[in-house]
Amino acid sequence: MKKIIADREIDVNEEGYLVDFNQWDKEVCRSLAEEQGISMTDRHWDVIEYLQDKHQKEEPLSIRGIKKSGVINIKEFYSLFPGGPLKKSTLIAGIPKPKSCI
Amino acid sequence: MKNLVILGAGTSGTMMANHLVSSLPKKEWKISIVDQYKTHYYQPGFLFLPFDIYTTKQVKKKGSKFLPKGVNYIQEKIDLIVPENNKVLLADGQELQYDVLIVATGTKTVPEEIEGMKGPKWYENIFDFYTYEGAKALRNKFRTWEGGKLVVHITEMPIKCPVAPLEFAFLADSYFKNKGMRDKVDITFVTPLDGAFTKPRATEALHYLLEEKNIKEVTDFNIERVDYENNKIIDYADTEVDYDLLVTVPTNMGDPLLERSGLGDDLNYIPTNKATLQSTDHENIFAIGDATNLPASKAGSVAHFEAEILTDNILRYINNEELKEDFDGHANCFIETGIGTCF
Repeated sequence: MKKIIADREIDVNEEGYLVDFNQWDKEVCRSLAEEQGISMTDRHWDVIEYLQDKHQKEEPLSIRGIKKSGVINIKEFYSLFPGGPLKKSTLIAGIPKPKSCI
Repeated sequence: MKNLVILGAGTSGTMMANHLVSSLPKKEWKISIVDQYKTHYYQPGFLFLPFDIYTTKQVKKKGSKFLPKGVNYIQEKIDLIVPENNKVLLADGQELQYDVLIVATGTKTVPEEIEGMKGPKWYENIFDFYTYEGAKALRNKFRTWEGGKLVVHITEMPIKCPVAPLEFAFLADSYFKNKGMRDKVDITFVTPLDGAFTKPRATEALHYLLEEKNIKEVTDFNIERVDYENNKIIDYADTEVDYDLLVTVPTNMGDPLLERSGLGDDLNYIPTNKATLQSTDHENIFAIGDATNLPASKAGSVAHFEAEILTDNILRYINNEELKEDFDGHANCFIETGIGTCF
């Protein structure tokens, strides 16, 4: 389905995750973050870059992975993306919701 | 004579030994299977042991009983896999050369991963039921427990048999009803997932059952530590859940052997091609069942379907044919919902 994000028509799934990463850019990212009540800081961008890099390498994302990332510890991860940090951060990063759940 | 070596005589390893003994030419291939334990545990029974539905006798079998004649069964601890030299070192100093290796070493619970879990209260009011020891200790606890807050908890995914913790909650509901003390037991199901299960349709149905059975749900709970002094579990968002009796599924990890041998990922699972079951790093190493890093459920039924495809692919590999990309993560599951019902 389509959704207007940052004045553009973007393809998303029923949970609001982008289905085409090519439609993602920093404007879209800021807008998605605002919808989650998050205002992007440098630390947020660090995390987004880390997640996108992992996704590109097809490495699965998990809380355990975050713990070992060297980019951020879990406490800070929770404070940057309160609620469901992994779910929210991946949505903002324009990548699929992690399937750490099987 | 060529050697095919299977590591692990659990569900997967045993199935592979049985498949291969009848499909590999006996004059050309020697099949060996290594496992350190004499006992083959019937793991699905661990779910029923705490509730006195199964006896200890029903979950303990003699390993050799399930292995076919013509397979060399070595009961010894495995020290190391050395893929560069195509050999396996055993704890007693034996060396096994292999032409083809099948890793079927399964998954284990590692309560040490969470602070406070395997502390002084382990098997006092903190239990697991994924091991024989845990399930039996919990059975003894339940027999005399007078009630209170029972928390059924999953530490992190993936875990073996993802539906078992829910089944445990359902069975606990039945068990305490039958004992006439359900009103004294408050059951809460705590999960790192955002719903009762991993798939939307199953989650909906299972959520309904939890409500019907008056089992509370706490979702999105990523545990940081167990505060065993104050009987609560605490997650990274500082959410706390109180318990009188904690039944947890600890972090599941592959065998430390894989870490020692440099063959494991973050969780000691062996990176495996998800369609062919060949190791991604070594072409003569294959993996099956819980030991793989496949995005499929860790369950006997998955291993059952994998075993058929892996047998085909090993024959193809031996004959220098292209491997079939046939595995699709297929699983079957009956879900025990208590009071003799299931779906």
